[in-house]
Amino acid sequence: MSAKLETLKTVLTQQLAGRIQSLTLALDELSLEVAAADYESVMRDLRDAPELGFEQLIDLCGVDYSEYRENWTGRRFAVVAHLLSLAHNWRLRVRVFALNDDFPLLPSLTSLWASANWYEREAFDLLGVVFEGHEDLRRILTDYGFVGHPLRKDFPLAGHVEMRYDEQAGRVVYQPVSITPRETAPRIRRNTRHAACDGDLEHG
Amino acid sequence: MAEIRNHTLNFGPQHPAAHGVLRLVLEMDGEVVERADPHVGLLHRGTEKLVETRTWAQSVPYMDRLDYVSMMCNEHAYCLAVEKLLGIEAPERARYIRTMLDEVTRILNHLLWIGCHGLDVGAMTMTLYTFREREDLMDVYEAVSGARMHAAYYRPGGVYRDLPDRMPQYEVSQWKNARTVKAMNENRQGSLLDFLEDFTDRFPKHHGEYHTLLTDNRIWKQRLVNIGVVSPERAKQLGFTGAMLRGSGVEWDLRKKQPYAAYDKVEFDVPVGVTGDSYDRYLVRMEEMAQSNRIIRQCINWLRVNPGPVMSDDHKVTPPPRAEVKSNMESLIHHFKLCSEGIHVPEGEAYAAIEHPKGEFGIYAISDGANKPYRLKIRAPGFAHLAAMDEMARGHMLADVVTIIGSQDIVFGEIDR
Repeated sequence: MSAKLETLKTVLTQQLAGRIQSLTLALDELSLEVAAADYESVMRDLRDAPELGFEQLIDLCGVDYSEYRENWTGRRFAVVAHLLSLAHNWRLRVRVFALNDDFPLLPSLTSLWASANWYEREAFDLLGVVFEGHEDLRRILTDYGFVGHPLRKDFPLAGHVEMRYDEQAGRVVYQPVSITPRETAPRIRRNTRHAACDGDLEHG
Repeated sequence: MAEIRNHTLNFGPQHPAAHGVLRLVLEMDGEVVERADPHVGLLHRGTEKLVETRTWAQSVPYMDRLDYVSMMCNEHAYCLAVEKLLGIEAPERARYIRTMLDEVTRILNHLLWIGCHGLDVGAMTMTLYTFREREDLMDVYEAVSGARMHAAYYRPGGVYRDLPDRMPQYEVSQWKNARTVKAMNENRQGSLLDFLEDFTDRFPKHHGEYHTLLTDNRIWKQRLVNIGVVSPERAKQLGFTGAMLRGSGVEWDLRKKQPYAAYDKVEFDVPVGVTGDSYDRYLVRMEEMAQSNRIIRQCINWLRVNPGPVMSDDHKVTPPPRAEVKSNMESLIHHFKLCSEGIHVPEGEAYAAIEHPKGEFGIYAISDGANKPYRLKIRAPGFAHLAAMDEMARGHMLADVVTIIGSQDIVFGEIDR
């Protein structure tokens, strides 16, 4: 697999000269990072160049990097697309950061791959990334009339509102959440690879 | 002259043929569908948000609840992603067990699918036949994991425990006398592998029964042939995978093309359709069941003669055996650390995909080095398939919409996540 990805890496460097921000091979996967301005043209080339031949957009998702390693300084929102070429049997991950953190805006891929339609709706719904050129950018997974973008890191796990049936009103009503958040295992980041570091064992 | 108007029809979310909680808004011109707009998310539980607050090991049971008819396959993709990030590999025996149980799951999934699809289209007897076989496979699930559905059997680093040496037995009760119970327990006298082998001996006959009931059935063909035709080009454009893609004539199977577990060591064929209609997708899935049966048999033969560990012995990832925890200080610390903090996954990102019964099921995990995922994206095959509903249903009659939903093999646990 690695040899194949090396080939892909060479082809990408030739085809996308000047538009690559970074191209890394890690864990047998190739990740490409491009600027928002080049995003659409790069994706078009990835699909149309026969040497690359990415005829399928397998997945597209948004990522909120604001709390990454607790010291993130880059742009907040990224969109990550996973492409698959059936002809060459290789995959590629493409990441693009939206320039504006308050209003993340990226071009839509719906004209390139039909499958982008729902994936972009999902990224808009869950993270609030807006896709320019998407003809039907409605919420998809959350409730009708939902407020907020639940996968953003500043959105609480329990949400803001809960719903119940109100006897008096005779309908379902929304009210502020009554449950208090509970964390069973705190989030811990270590530099060592595993749970127990060697220092612990020496003391044991 | 009466005025003819288009009207909008609400299909679901409480419709038995909507396979769960699909709300389909159909714009109709008479009985012909002009536009189909699926409203999904009625089963949205925020799995992707929840796993960000759980440790890596705690999230395994969430995976069961995604596609709740092929539980172990979901776990498989998740475990592969975590193992990739950790840089470990499950022992060979665990990989064979995973292969075998993935195929058991594939048969389980396809049996439910053909039963419900038949029910939707009018073949009422199908579920009675398929649930008979599903019962045996559910018993397999129960024997290996203790749960009939949500197994949580695959763990990062291997599988929870080795296959059991004996099967649970039926007991005499006020409804079942000793003779009935004896007959029911007849194929449960040996180990799990014996029980499963007995199943694989019987299954080809049952599989033939399904073919007899449906394949040449005139009504079945009238309802399926040339319904929801997707060309290979469109199938790729729409992000189809699995049987949906193969039904359109594209030979693509991750088990062959990007092998994982032990799929490079077993023999099987990949069925491919020709016309890309619902009937071809039906035939593809039917043949997949026969091939799964073949793979299970090969795995049984291998597992019988190759004992060995089923869990990685890297105890910074997998819990040490109970006896060791009681006698060994280092194991005790490992156990404590794993149960309180969990696994620390090195910083990085990984995408692991498997050939799920419904298509390509992928897990994209981002770790920033913590004991919990930073972001986890679940690539559900049904999501892309249902997105194509509009295109597939256009110009078809209302009753054909039911056929198309059935042939897409939709399960809402994975679509809504």
